[in-house]
Amino acid sequence: MKTESRLEKVLTSGALAVTSEVGPPRGVDPEIVKTKANMIKDHVDGINVTDNQTAMVRMSSMAAGVIIKQMGLDPIIQMVTRDRNRLAMQSEIIGASAFGIDTMLCLSGDHPKFGDHPMAKSVYDIDSIQLIQTVKDMRDEGKFQGGADMKGRPNMYIGAAANPFADPFELRVMRLAKKAKAGVDFVQTQCIFNLDKFELWMKGVEDRELDKEVHVLAGITPMKSVGMARYMKNKVPGMDIPDEVIKRLAGVSKEQQPEEGIKIAVESIERLKETKGVHGFHIMAIEWEERVPEIVEQAGLYPRPQF
Amino acid sequence: MITAEQKPMQEIIKYIEPYDKILLIGCNECVTVCAAGGRKEVGLLASALKLDRLKHGKTLDIKEITLERQCDPEYVEELVTAIDDADAVLSMACGCGVQTVAARYNNKHVYPAVNTKFMGASLSQGVWAERCQGCGDCMLGITAGICPVSRCSKSLLNGPCGGTSNGQCEIGPDTDCAWRLIWERLKALGLEERYEELVEARDWRPAGGAGPRKIIREDLAL
Repeated sequence: MKTESRLEKVLTSGALAVTSEVGPPRGVDPEIVKTKANMIKDHVDGINVTDNQTAMVRMSSMAAGVIIKQMGLDPIIQMVTRDRNRLAMQSEIIGASAFGIDTMLCLSGDHPKFGDHPMAKSVYDIDSIQLIQTVKDMRDEGKFQGGADMKGRPNMYIGAAANPFADPFELRVMRLAKKAKAGVDFVQTQCIFNLDKFELWMKGVEDRELDKEVHVLAGITPMKSVGMARYMKNKVPGMDIPDEVIKRLAGVSKEQQPEEGIKIAVESIERLKETKGVHGFHIMAIEWEERVPEIVEQAGLYPRPQF
Repeated sequence: MITAEQKPMQEIIKYIEPYDKILLIGCNECVTVCAAGGRKEVGLLASALKLDRLKHGKTLDIKEITLERQCDPEYVEELVTAIDDADAVLSMACGCGVQTVAARYNNKHVYPAVNTKFMGASLSQGVWAERCQGCGDCMLGITAGICPVSRCSKSLLNGPCGGTSNGQCEIGPDTDCAWRLIWERLKALGLEERYEELVEARDWRPAGGAGPRKIIREDLAL
């Protein structure tokens, strides 16, 4: 074991892991974080805390992560290289570690164009792969990125994202290989709706035996409505939503669409459980955290292992 | 080359409002090629500014000069007599030219008439696109001749983010994903394995992180 991370314990035990996420509020109320975390706490092994997702200003992932940690739960703080340079990110990693946070996700982040501060200057001092290297060097070598020794190492279990659906497809396994080489421990994938394409990507992952180096958690998002499915298909970069999914949601009444969406999510998990190399699931229920427990239960992933 | 675009007329008019005698200077280099501040544009802007004054029942005395190279003290010296008559100087050169004039004639008010944009190349007649950010440590040798620093919207150095759609950048369908271009070219050249080499975090000092940059060539200095 590299760290104290509960996620690492679950993955190392060979059980299928389950993570989900909490988007911090666009204001100062800590109760919002607590309420959302409480909805999912018994059904997951780790709670992702997003970092200014879609380039909208929110409570920092570190602050919301501390709130969740102090509830006795297991936050996975996300960190995008868009908003901070390497000094700020390393100090945040140290701070998070001082609060007992032991799991994080290294991301490049959505372009500011998509958010409410499109006039902002992006930082991109380092990219997500270089952030993985930075955290790994801090953890395993006790070195700052600049080369100096640090006092006391942050024992972070290191995650990243993987999008098997973005172009060019043939580069996407190599991209994971690069993250593995940089030292990532696990990845959470983009929401999977095109299962055939995902399985093709996983085959490539397995052919190169990357599944032995990196735990892949398959990304699952339940659709609330056919409108949401159409929006994601047309407006969200890097999403692959087959027409069958849209047709299936459109085929039931508006009132039935949320249930159909949950059903699709559960069926996807059932199928992907059998896919070699899939070591768990990351359930992204966007502003729909209250439905996560039933997805986990219906997919046969409850109760969660205790350590 | 350095590209530029003329500033909005109202901004230029506001700059020169207090003055009656203007020296309008163009440059024969980059801004001529990108049709922003060469002899032709100097003539057009001078006419437009005079016309605007006439509309308000006033006159404007504009002298037009286009220098060979406005970022070069040797040519800027040629303004010595003409500049005495002017209340203010309006420059259609890039920011380097404007500053060279301002530094030489430090008692003159000097205003820019163009916005300096980027270092770019011409794609077709009337179209220029950014190709270089002057990062001071060129990596085109490992990225198949396509620059991720200037052409990836996030300047990612290790490959495409998850936002690429139909080969285009997540910021919009008019911007090619630089890493898609790099990958296609690596493939065409049989250099696919190069993609998996990790690019370490950059030292941004040569890019300006260490403060304003300067080149000193002892072999050329007088």
